[in-house]
Amino acid sequence: MKTWIIVCAYILLAPIVGGLLSGIDRKLTARMQGRFGPPVLQPFYDVFKLFEKESMAVNRVQNFYIIFFLISIIFTGALFFSGGDLLLIIFALTLANIFLILGAYSANSPYSSIGALRELMQMMAYEPMVFLVAIGFYIVSGSFAVSDIVKSETIMLPSLPGIFIGFLYILTIKLRKSPFDLSMSHHAHQEIVKGITTEFSGSTLALIEIAHWYENLFLLGFVFLFFVFLSPLGIGIGIAACLLTYFLEILIDNSFARAKWQVVLSSSWVVAGTLGFANVLILQWLKP
Amino acid sequence: MPFFSKSPWIIHYDGSSCNGCDIEVLACLTPVYDLERFGVINTGNPKHADIFLITGAINEQNKEVVWQIYNQMPHPKVVVAIGICATSGGIFVDCYNILGGVNKVLPVDIYVPGCAARPEAIIDGVVQSLAVLKEKRIAMVQRTKKLRVKGAVKNVRKSKNG
Repeated sequence: MKTWIIVCAYILLAPIVGGLLSGIDRKLTARMQGRFGPPVLQPFYDVFKLFEKESMAVNRVQNFYIIFFLISIIFTGALFFSGGDLLLIIFALTLANIFLILGAYSANSPYSSIGALRELMQMMAYEPMVFLVAIGFYIVSGSFAVSDIVKSETIMLPSLPGIFIGFLYILTIKLRKSPFDLSMSHHAHQEIVKGITTEFSGSTLALIEIAHWYENLFLLGFVFLFFVFLSPLGIGIGIAACLLTYFLEILIDNSFARAKWQVVLSSSWVVAGTLGFANVLILQWLKP
Repeated sequence: MPFFSKSPWIIHYDGSSCNGCDIEVLACLTPVYDLERFGVINTGNPKHADIFLITGAINEQNKEVVWQIYNQMPHPKVVVAIGICATSGGIFVDCYNILGGVNKVLPVDIYVPGCAARPEAIIDGVVQSLAVLKEKRIAMVQRTKKLRVKGAVKNVRKSKNG
């Protein structure tokens, strides 16, 4: 019963919290650039406006893929917040992203095709590290289930420092932040028109934005897992760590220029291979 | 439907402008004026845009480009001509390759004259275009409603005939 309440709360509240986070992101970004910035509710205005626009699609299958992208993202988040299996969550996330890529490919435009190619390349870059995160949690807590990991007696960060830094590294890719926002940039008028979302307009674009809010929230849930332990204080520390991480990502976004795809791919593999893998090795070695 | 006035997205196209008005359009987005505080985003993509800002006169080569960009924008959409060249052709009006202002190829809603148009004037033009955008949205909703009613009428006739 309790898990159902959490899942329903996620499905209903995630767009609100995610949209607010995105609004705070835009405000902070503007302040870091010396601008006044849009209101915090701006992402909601944008999405409501997009729903009011004429729907214009290159082909029908495009919108079909995007609806499935949103559904799979919600499914992934629901799995996570119901305490499901981390491996299953990672597979569901991959499936969701594949729907977005197929949607972009189906438009047959050079811009969205390049965006889709880059999105595929980014997936290649972050997948190894995501798996190492799951493995790290398994070694420490003895279970892949989120519901067991949350019940940890102690904070997990001291045992997983390398994996946490590696996860922060690929979180920049997943949140579409600056050095790694190759396939689609949040900042307008950048990166091959608008990358993967070039051919989407109106309500379809709004759905992509809402899916992104859901995704952001459950990615911060991963950060939460590193800090949480079984007490109200643990939950507080977890949420504070999530907010701090989000702020750090915004800071990174505003202080780095975009990297080339070769740098993204090789550096994220190097980080996963050294920090992540070394962390797993040492954990195994120290294990009684 | 107050959302159009809160999140107008812009696409900016340089016709045969001398670059003076373009610089002023971009100046609107800098920290001094910061159009984004009104929710304005300068998208590079016609499919995401609501307002089409054109600087410079229309010539023989770019008339199709302008028309193409306009057609790729989803309804409701507004065209704003920035600077005297986009308004009427300006000093280039007698050139052999110049057709004239933007209104030779597109229905222009707002004219922002000036050489170069000042950022304040451009912001004013964008704010005025929001009202037009709102009207067009209302007209769009009514049009679809009418179509729906017509469809319903057709179905009734069909059932009567059948």
